[in-house]
Amino acid sequence: MNASSAAVSPQEVVETLAFFDDWEDRYRYIIDLGRELPAMPEAHKREDLLVRGCQSQAWLDWREEGGRIVFEADSDALIVRGLIALILAAYDRRTPREILDFDIDDYFARLDLLRHISPTRGNGLRAMVQRIRDIARSLAMA
Amino acid sequence: MSARFDAERLRGVFPLLAQEINGKPLVYLDNAATTQKPDRVIDAVARYYRTINSNVHRGAHTLSDHATGAFEDARDAVRAFINAPSREQVIWTRGTTESINLVAHSFARGRLGAGDRILVSGMAHHSNIVPWQLAAQATGASVVPIPVTDDARLDLDAFRALLDARVRLVALEHVSNAMGTIHPVAEIIAAAHAAGVPVLLDGAQSVGHLPVDVQALDVDFYAFSGHKMFAPTGIGVLYGKRAWLEAMTPYQGGGEMIETVGFDHTTYARLPYRFEAGTPHIAGAIGMAAAIDWLGGIDREAAARHEDALLAHALELARELPGFRLLGRAPQKVAVLSFVIDGAHPQDVGTLLDQQGVAVRSGHHCAQPVMSRFGVPGTVRASFSLYNTHAEVERLFAALHKARSFL
Repeated sequence: MNASSAAVSPQEVVETLAFFDDWEDRYRYIIDLGRELPAMPEAHKREDLLVRGCQSQAWLDWREEGGRIVFEADSDALIVRGLIALILAAYDRRTPREILDFDIDDYFARLDLLRHISPTRGNGLRAMVQRIRDIARSLAMA
Repeated sequence: MSARFDAERLRGVFPLLAQEINGKPLVYLDNAATTQKPDRVIDAVARYYRTINSNVHRGAHTLSDHATGAFEDARDAVRAFINAPSREQVIWTRGTTESINLVAHSFARGRLGAGDRILVSGMAHHSNIVPWQLAAQATGASVVPIPVTDDARLDLDAFRALLDARVRLVALEHVSNAMGTIHPVAEIIAAAHAAGVPVLLDGAQSVGHLPVDVQALDVDFYAFSGHKMFAPTGIGVLYGKRAWLEAMTPYQGGGEMIETVGFDHTTYARLPYRFEAGTPHIAGAIGMAAAIDWLGGIDREAAARHEDALLAHALELARELPGFRLLGRAPQKVAVLSFVIDGAHPQDVGTLLDQQGVAVRSGHHCAQPVMSRFGVPGTVRASFSLYNTHAEVERLFAALHKARSFL
């Protein structure tokens, strides 16, 4: 079932965040995920890979490997990097079909229920999800 | 005058400030984005809708007379607030942005030709850049920024050098939203006028902090918003010198702005209605009058001193925060603390402050050119108002120390 080689699974993310009692531990966890996210080389941060948020910038690139999509993403803001890691936990190294079938709204809702973790608020993550799904859709149709 | 300004007591009439955010008492330090509203304003808006809501200037009934009276009284309140010579020179708009667009469209376009220039502030808000770019694109003119010094002042020598025969208009902010700098506008206006060039001032960031006298400034146009001076969102003002306003063509067409309409000929209403097409934001105007009335009961000099003291307190505490770097070190400024913490992205700082109940803005503050000027992607901006307290300044810095420990 778990064909993913991503560092954490979405289920693990939700369970870990639920385990923490206060915002400080949750944020330290997200920041740690952000620190662990491999950095994109500066030269790689091309204009066409830019996903604009309101207050920070993020970049997203991808390649296909054996029917799965491998994503590479980065941001200039550390918490956004952590939130990107939360998204990639769900999407990285999945098939286009798995990506399109994944219920991201439910995932976000479960993260949001834990309070303080809002992937929707002006940080460009919705735009990144949209781009990931567009990539998956274009491959699924090919 | 009492020596100590009682911000604690003043806060009591701002219901929003009494709440908790993320489980902590709110520290609202995003006043340059919008100020909170006192009961007086909230009540005036509610009373309008509960008792006299009707359309203005046209009803054949008592309620419309009441609404018209309150709406026009509000115009008189604004006239007095900025010391405009007449009520006809006070035009209601949706806010500063619409006021500037009105001037760009109805005043600037007709006076611009190929090779002409509009001088704008190098630290302008986008709303005082883009309307001029649109006018320039349509006419072959160009928009030229006045350079910014290292301490976030406008370079006045450079300004004087730029002020040549090609310049048709100078447009700048009275107070910078991103840096807090209070520009020497009287000096700038005098220099522009000596060169025969009219001046528009964006007063969005000044009206909540400083008394404004458009006649003393001798300014040609003054644009501001209600929501940054304790009034509702969606209401703003354009003041203009009568001769300019009389000569300007309408901005938007519709009801209210006409005298007679025929399919072959339409005549426009007199000032100020010529520029007020459609049903106006009546409740907003009434709320604006209530805000002016409320401000009238406050010793504004003492309020300004209080805000200065908050800023001084913040700068004192900033010395103990490693990596703190202040942008906007102009000697004349309102209580805006625009800064970066080395090694920490402004958005991360803003997010971690929010978790602690402290509301600030992070980002480019709709002033990307000045962010480039200082080589930062954005800043964290804590902007104070008269209802902020010294205890809140301490909360801000405690929260910053904590945020820094995360990053």
